[in-house]
Amino acid sequence: MHGDGIIFVLSYNSRSDKGEQTCMKLHEYQSKQIFARYGIPIPKGRVAATAAEAKQIAEELGGRAVIKAQVLVGGRGKAGGIRLAKSPEEAEDLATQILAMDIKGLPVRKVLVDEAANIEKELYLGITNDRAARRPVLIASASGGVDIEEVARKNPEQIHRVHIDPLLGLRDYQWRDVAVGMDLSKEHWRTFGAIAQGLWRVYIDHDATLAEINPLVITNRNQLLALDGKMTIDDNALFRHPDLAEMRDLDVEAPSEIEARKYGLTYIKLDGNIGCMVNGAGLAMTTMDVIKLFGGEPANFLDIGGGAGAEKVAAALRIILSDPNVKAVLFNVFGGITRGDEVARGILSALDEVKTDIPMVVRLAGTHAEEGRHLLAAADMVTAETLADAAQKVVALAKGEKVR
Amino acid sequence: MSILIDKNTRLLVQGITGSEGSFHTRQMLEYGTNIVAGVTPGKGGDWVLDGKIPVFDSVKMAVEATGANTSVIFVPARFAPDAIFEAADAGIPLIVCITEGIPVQDMMRVRIYLDQKNVRLIGPNCPGLLTPGESNVGIIPGDISMPGSIGVVSRSGTLTYEVLAALKQHGMGVSTCVGIGGDPINGTNFLDCLKMFEEDPYTEKVVLIGEIGGTDEERAAEYIADHMTKPVASFIAGQTAPPGKRMGHAGAIVEGGSGLAEDKIRALQEANVRVARHPEEIPELLV
Repeated sequence: MHGDGIIFVLSYNSRSDKGEQTCMKLHEYQSKQIFARYGIPIPKGRVAATAAEAKQIAEELGGRAVIKAQVLVGGRGKAGGIRLAKSPEEAEDLATQILAMDIKGLPVRKVLVDEAANIEKELYLGITNDRAARRPVLIASASGGVDIEEVARKNPEQIHRVHIDPLLGLRDYQWRDVAVGMDLSKEHWRTFGAIAQGLWRVYIDHDATLAEINPLVITNRNQLLALDGKMTIDDNALFRHPDLAEMRDLDVEAPSEIEARKYGLTYIKLDGNIGCMVNGAGLAMTTMDVIKLFGGEPANFLDIGGGAGAEKVAAALRIILSDPNVKAVLFNVFGGITRGDEVARGILSALDEVKTDIPMVVRLAGTHAEEGRHLLAAADMVTAETLADAAQKVVALAKGEKVR
Repeated sequence: MSILIDKNTRLLVQGITGSEGSFHTRQMLEYGTNIVAGVTPGKGGDWVLDGKIPVFDSVKMAVEATGANTSVIFVPARFAPDAIFEAADAGIPLIVCITEGIPVQDMMRVRIYLDQKNVRLIGPNCPGLLTPGESNVGIIPGDISMPGSIGVVSRSGTLTYEVLAALKQHGMGVSTCVGIGGDPINGTNFLDCLKMFEEDPYTEKVVLIGEIGGTDEERAAEYIADHMTKPVASFIAGQTAPPGKRMGHAGAIVEGGSGLAEDKIRALQEANVRVARHPEEIPELLV
């Protein structure tokens, strides 16, 4: 069976641009600190927020050190965010430069100062969820250090994977099969097994959706070392990991998305000019699709969720209107748990507060939709019976046309 | 006239005394669903909903006393996996979990355990099941659909309501509507439901409502091409969703080259499925 898991692992590097957060990402230094607690060997080093600290850490490491930008995007190396310092003074210089950088729009706030390793060979080792197989998958390759997505595409035979029964855990024979597959020299088996088992525990104990070591290097002293580390954590599991929840890096999220989360809303800003407010994720995506079908461009995805009351609706409207591109707004609410009259009241109270002349179309259906429509008709708003009708009206309004 | 639930369903509600549980139990009861018991640990011995429904401390006790054969779960996410295990261990063969936000690793363990016990789970993060005129198990508003011969299966909640209402508007009734839920790992997928609809003598046509993320729609298309004799119409949500963004549903994320709406639509069309441009178009495609 073709696993989705590999796609997920690989996508971390190529698509981890600003705002694209599916799960909470940890920084390299945070991931490696966790790895170390599980017996996975990592380079000596510490994180620094200033160049002076970086210099001191480099001194402690004996002078030679790697300075690594801690930002949650791929391609740090190419952007000049990973540099080798040969002395504490150079470490200070490089840290000054790197701490002043923006990488793909993200400010570098910390650098990791690690002992420089002499690398003989670079491997890859990761564990992630394979959605199609409905279980975790351990993935390994003897061709690590590079973009593993490239390896999977060009040389799929160099990718070794084994599915793990979540009720049984990673069995030793499973990592041995992988070690044999990647032609790992027998002298490294013991350590490799300990690292694989450590990574499995890391993945389970932190509700990770990805725990990845790339590269896992063999040094010139023939030791295995996790040179770089990545973890993503299941947002739904953060309730049992308060320590991890605190590590969330808000730089990767747009301020409006953070604001939305405070109210229990899911908001994603897009590039169009028609704001949308919808209940339910599937219907919210559909509303965007139908706007596009009738020639418009959605400005956002916004799901107010089930059972949203007036206050939540008002917050949602404020967030939508905080986007200066928005030229018209469509409310599409199919009542089930959510009541149409509650939504109508929310819209009206939000309009009282926000005071905008941006035109709006409201389409209410389902529970208490009739009452809601009456409330809005009294306020002289454009209403629509069907989704297609609503979309055509809002597209016309966004183009500056008159609609009744 | 249906799959999974009908008038013989003897329903148990886990989390019956919570706010969501009690609200929806009332709705289901008003619809005519045969609700025989509720479970809230610590509240055993109470009678709720105007003294109509007995509450038990455990699923096992409820099953022994009432012969419940289906359970619907309204328990908060952190307790929901345990509620599912409890229902399975008490011998309930069909569990419908409405709860949203269950950690994915919990669901992996749940799914493997249930597979070994041969227990069917619908959901989680789903609106549940509706066999119009007979039984409503979950949160689908009953009045937006009527009895008939169209089987509906969907990954979404309110989008499903949209389609049910459009069908009713066109005088089209439904045999059973199955909301399989929007999570990446769920108990029942499109394939399972298509098989059941294909075998159900009362279902004549099928509507499949999918969305971006995963490859379930593609696998459904393969099954339809190879095994389905009944016509299928479909809508796929998320055609305009940008890659890499999570659109509310944990499942609704476009992953790299797979999971795209256009790939799913192409696969379905190649299987002779008529794919609607918007949900209100579906009734026309079934004529």
